[in-house]
Amino acid sequence: MKQLRIAAMGVLVAIFSASLAADLLSPHPYGEQYRDAVNAAPSRAFPMGTDDMGRDRLSRLLHACRVSLLLAPAAALVATTLAGLLGGAAGYLGGTADRVFLRLSDLFLSLPWLFLFLSVRSLLPLNAAPAVSAVATFLLLGVLGWAGPARVARACACGLRQSDFVMQAKANGRSPMRLLLVEIVRNLRPVLAAQFWLAIPVFVLAEANLGLLGLGVSEPLPSLGGLLRELENYQAVVSQPWMVAPAIILIGVTGCLHLVLGWEEIRR
Amino acid sequence: MLLRLNRQTQQLEPKLAVSWRQSEGGKAITFRLRDGVRFSDGTPFGAEDVVYTFETMMDPAKLSPVGDSFRSAQGAPQARALSTSQVEIRFPAPVAGVERLFDQVTIVSARSPRKAMAALGPFALKEHRAGSYVLLERNPNYWEKDANGRALPYLDAVRLEILQNREMELIRFRRGELHLVNKLDADSFARLAADAPSAARDAGPSLEPEMLWFNQSPQSPLPAHKKAWFQSRAFRRAVSAAINREDLARLVYHGYARPAAGPVPAANRNWVNTSLAPHAYNPGDAVARLEKDGFRLRSGVLRDGKGTAVEFSVITNAGNKAREKMAAMIQQDLAKIGIKLNVVTLDFGSLIERITKTLNYESCLLGLVNLDLDPNAQMNVWLSSGASHQWNPAQKSPATAWEAEIDTWMRKQASTTDPARRKAAFDQVQRIAWEEAPFLYLVTKNFLVGVGPAVRNVQPASLHPAVFWNIERLALAAETSGIRP
Repeated sequence: MKQLRIAAMGVLVAIFSASLAADLLSPHPYGEQYRDAVNAAPSRAFPMGTDDMGRDRLSRLLHACRVSLLLAPAAALVATTLAGLLGGAAGYLGGTADRVFLRLSDLFLSLPWLFLFLSVRSLLPLNAAPAVSAVATFLLLGVLGWAGPARVARACACGLRQSDFVMQAKANGRSPMRLLLVEIVRNLRPVLAAQFWLAIPVFVLAEANLGLLGLGVSEPLPSLGGLLRELENYQAVVSQPWMVAPAIILIGVTGCLHLVLGWEEIRR
Repeated sequence: MLLRLNRQTQQLEPKLAVSWRQSEGGKAITFRLRDGVRFSDGTPFGAEDVVYTFETMMDPAKLSPVGDSFRSAQGAPQARALSTSQVEIRFPAPVAGVERLFDQVTIVSARSPRKAMAALGPFALKEHRAGSYVLLERNPNYWEKDANGRALPYLDAVRLEILQNREMELIRFRRGELHLVNKLDADSFARLAADAPSAARDAGPSLEPEMLWFNQSPQSPLPAHKKAWFQSRAFRRAVSAAINREDLARLVYHGYARPAAGPVPAANRNWVNTSLAPHAYNPGDAVARLEKDGFRLRSGVLRDGKGTAVEFSVITNAGNKAREKMAAMIQQDLAKIGIKLNVVTLDFGSLIERITKTLNYESCLLGLVNLDLDPNAQMNVWLSSGASHQWNPAQKSPATAWEAEIDTWMRKQASTTDPARRKAAFDQVQRIAWEEAPFLYLVTKNFLVGVGPAVRNVQPASLHPAVFWNIERLALAAETSGIRP
């Protein structure tokens, strides 16, 4: 098992490193259309062939990984930070604050997030650069995705409220804010860390879902979701099997993240 | 219907009316009705049914869109029965090309207890499940016979399936679970043509141009310098010249499209202005036009007279892969003349809100669906006061001299019933639209349909409903022995 985790870690490091070095490793600009070489097979000029607009698949895949795999952790960080603060405060304070939190998180969990996302996204400025739209997309996913982890954080904070060290800190006269940040949130860290790692593949997949609907990252910037849309054309996949590379990367990253994290940690 | 537009010849042909005659300079039309016709429930058909249908349709409370197309500024038309088989419809003012509108009017019985469920067409509604299917059964009283005297329709029932996505439609068609697909996108069609060429039928150029337009509305919340760009003819023509339409047709539509020249596609044979050719792809000419208009291209960036870099966004509907691809290609084309184009895909509701209400957009890439061949159907688009005058809608008075000129020509063509004069007037509208480029027409898609091997007598046309417009003559292979269309 340990070897498997080391191998998974190796795969993740390789993929993340390649994503970071996308500008160096890409043989062509990711948006450049070579219109006389559309749907080309792999060759020396285009190592993974070209798409239906003549864009180099390898360059697009590297940049897509960078967009999806670097921004998803950022979105997960936003979601778990919000979750720690809101869930921790609700669990620690209890009473009305807790009830308000529960209703609010129920509301967020039951809202059709896609429609909420559409409404918020339609308010973004039209002339945002593709990179800005990518950041905004993931930021929105992070802001909208706090409720689930926050429920977990709140349950743990409820348990911490009556713990000896919190009682002692209270008896020592610590302010409520300091109690929350130092005693509660700090002790929620293992739970929040697990929620953070779990949220990453969720956000990668969420962006992929948005990409499938054409609402993900805007052209010409690629994302894994945008690249996965091509798989709808199943006949093309049969004749150009290298088109499945984004799906393999996505499955690989999700699988490796779970292997590296290990179910024991998640349960803990 | 009283008259049907033959989707192939684009000519009207008699159906429930055996003949018709316009009189009083186009202010009245008289129909002589077919004798001996019965509704599907056996109720006899006569002039009172036509009058009843017309009165019901014109009732403002019914909000009938077909009724609206008969209405004019001067008021609503009146129908009266001259005899049991003759009906006269009088209009307050002459309505050009009014007879074609009867293709869309389904006659309802005035006396049948089943009302709208009693049908005069080849099929009657048997069952309907919202969002799932419509089941039609053969009308045993349908009046039409084929050349051999056999009663039409040939089919006993038709099931119209409502499917959730195009992929599912294609899969079911290839499995033989569907006999006809009324409209295929170019990607699906190309795949079908590759492995079942006889099932993939290209009905030729459609009436559906794809186009891009700039928001020229003075009321829009755009900055003044962008309004100035978009209101400049040189700017619009330069952008048009920078777009490689041949590439759009070849790569986005797999060649099942052609560069578009103007608002009337070649498929509309009676109304197209054949002297117009698509704006030629010529980035050099585009830059020359821009420089003449005060823009400067320096270090790969186009700047206006005040030094502002030219950058704008184009909105289109999310999920339409063809439009998303076109936008990406236009993005690269415009980058060659130093323009930065930002592509924004929006859900359809947000997009419509922006282009019709808030006017908070810079340019828009959408397609136009023409269901009617006659230019009168486009009055709302071309008149400067029209709500669908997209680049600057609902003007109190024409904002520019050329829009005033378009208004004049559109009114001229609508106020005469002489086909030649109408055509000449509408040619002028098309010429001005070509010169001023309020809409940049990009490509006209072909109408692509799927026809299963068992179906006979299909005559795909580029007008809706393309594949089953002659549904009474469609047949399945087993039933067609001895049948001639």
